[in-house]
Amino acid sequence: MVAVKAQNIVKRFGEVTVLRGVELDIPDGAFAVLVGPSGCGKSTLLRLLAGLEQVSEGKILFGEREVTQLEPRDRDIAMVFQSYALYPHMSVRRNLEFGLRLRKTDAATMNQRVGEVAKMLDIAHLLERLPKDLSGGQRQRVAMGRAIVRRPALFLFDEPLSNLDPALRTQVRVDIRKQHDELGATSVYVTHDQVEAMTLADVLYVLEGGEVQQRGRPIDIYDEPRNCFVAGFLGSPAMNLLRAPLTRAGELWRAGEVAVRDAGHFSKLRPDAEVILGLRPHDLRACAEAEADLHLEVEVVETLGPELTVHGVLRGDAQRQPFIAALPAKLAVQKGERVPLRVERLHLFDAATEQSLR
Amino acid sequence: MTASQRELLESIAAHAVILAAVAFSLYPILWVVSLAFSGSTSLEAQVMPVPTDPTLDNIREVVGSTRTEVDGSQIWLFGRQLLNSIVVSIATAVVGVAIAIPTAYAFARFEFIGKRGGMRLLLATQMFPAVASAVPLFMILETLELLNTRTGLVLCYASTSIPFAVFQLRSAFEAIPTDLEEAAMVDGATRFQAFLRVVLPVARPAIAVTFLFAFMTAYNEFILAATLLNDERAFTLPVVLQRFIGEYDARWDLFAAGAIVVSLPVMLLFYQVQRHMVAGLGAGGVKG
Repeated sequence: MVAVKAQNIVKRFGEVTVLRGVELDIPDGAFAVLVGPSGCGKSTLLRLLAGLEQVSEGKILFGEREVTQLEPRDRDIAMVFQSYALYPHMSVRRNLEFGLRLRKTDAATMNQRVGEVAKMLDIAHLLERLPKDLSGGQRQRVAMGRAIVRRPALFLFDEPLSNLDPALRTQVRVDIRKQHDELGATSVYVTHDQVEAMTLADVLYVLEGGEVQQRGRPIDIYDEPRNCFVAGFLGSPAMNLLRAPLTRAGELWRAGEVAVRDAGHFSKLRPDAEVILGLRPHDLRACAEAEADLHLEVEVVETLGPELTVHGVLRGDAQRQPFIAALPAKLAVQKGERVPLRVERLHLFDAATEQSLR
Repeated sequence: MTASQRELLESIAAHAVILAAVAFSLYPILWVVSLAFSGSTSLEAQVMPVPTDPTLDNIREVVGSTRTEVDGSQIWLFGRQLLNSIVVSIATAVVGVAIAIPTAYAFARFEFIGKRGGMRLLLATQMFPAVASAVPLFMILETLELLNTRTGLVLCYASTSIPFAVFQLRSAFEAIPTDLEEAAMVDGATRFQAFLRVVLPVARPAIAVTFLFAFMTAYNEFILAATLLNDERAFTLPVVLQRFIGEYDARWDLFAAGAIVVSLPVMLLFYQVQRHMVAGLGAGGVKG
């Protein structure tokens, strides 16, 4: 159990700067998720925490202890790799014992710990097998076990679910969160999957271009994305982002067609500016014609059971930008229909800087 | 023709082709075997490689060769020569592989100045025939007073076996995912421990092949041995074999018997080492 701080982390590989002044502040015992598209620097950041790469600038602290220059083995961490990285020539038992043996743990303690972990992860019957004789899910559990058995202060996860099939992924995701809660250690988890990010994180870091775009609780980031990147990255289906002129008539602000009803929430509104209007598909409600803020001309309807994902373009949009609304299935929207929509909540971003106007 | 008839015909045709290929490659070997166990010393061409007057005399003569020393004592010459070959070959393989492993690992995993040039240089040495270096090697060994010694021969063989061994092992190390070493280092290993406990065991099949290759190259080498050795007590087996085919007297029967005796250790070694070469040992550790 340890708090993790990273201060002004810069990482360069030759001429290429991968991380540009990243700050992390992860409380003791928290589950932190680093999420971002590929190439955003999240895996590099994790490898810096592990000590597998050296920072070009900046400091890493585990609790009060500075670890920036320490070798991986001196950091009291365990890591679960995307590839699992099980030692192929060792049985599952030997894989689990590897770290303990290196630390000269006595045989009785080792047996007891391996037994506990094997029971916890339901791999007791696999202990004498070689990794090649295990299924993907079993290998994943062994990799988890190898991390847990050492009782480290910090767990690092590098996309540990990306090699599992979707059904298993959901189950293992829940297991990982359960184990985190039981063990009480701090976890840092890297993923490009926003569902994993939203569901697992206590603290979420959205990374892009080697910088932290936003840090916070997942729901806060979802509700109030700081910029267009974060707005578009989190949420499924993704937020609709449309360029529109911002106009004012008395107290009434409009972004293109759409009335900005809670203008008081936006502190940085300027009339006649170009803005990006952000509308989450789930923040749109089908309504009567008189109440409508927008009209969606339906092109494709996808049925997902409880709801419909309705693809189309907005009436009056000369650029015919693709637009998505998530509507209840009972509406039975048809292709070619024009659906009046009420905006429940909207986001506004500066068209030039792409920063939120809140 | 029914499908099963066609399958049968295809099977017969395939077996015929395979049998012909096997006969083609085995025929000379059978011929040597037949010659080795034949009583007559004549070298008449026989279509069927079957020994005439089967006997073990040739084998006995080759294996039982002795030499009387100046002090009157007798030594078992063939035993000594066999030992020369085995000691020199094992030492060559051990020294060559021991030097090649860390070199290859460095080429596979680390960035350093001269990495690309170094690898090319190593490969370039492979382009010169061994005989090109025979004279300088002779002079060097003479200066070091290592002519007619096993040590001298091992030094020459090991130095020539290293480049190829490095080349082979580098590919093997490159094929091992770096995740494995990193996992070991996070688990508490130093870089060296990760190498020793994870990389080396995973690379064992490749190391076994490299070892075997270095051994066989040294065991079969003739030109350098013939140049650097002139005392029959220091001979390796290829030199011994060659001596049966003299300028005036060609003892093909002894040559054939010798060839068979000489092949036995290699076959034994091959049988032993192939257990380590079991494919798929490295599979399954990381998801591909």
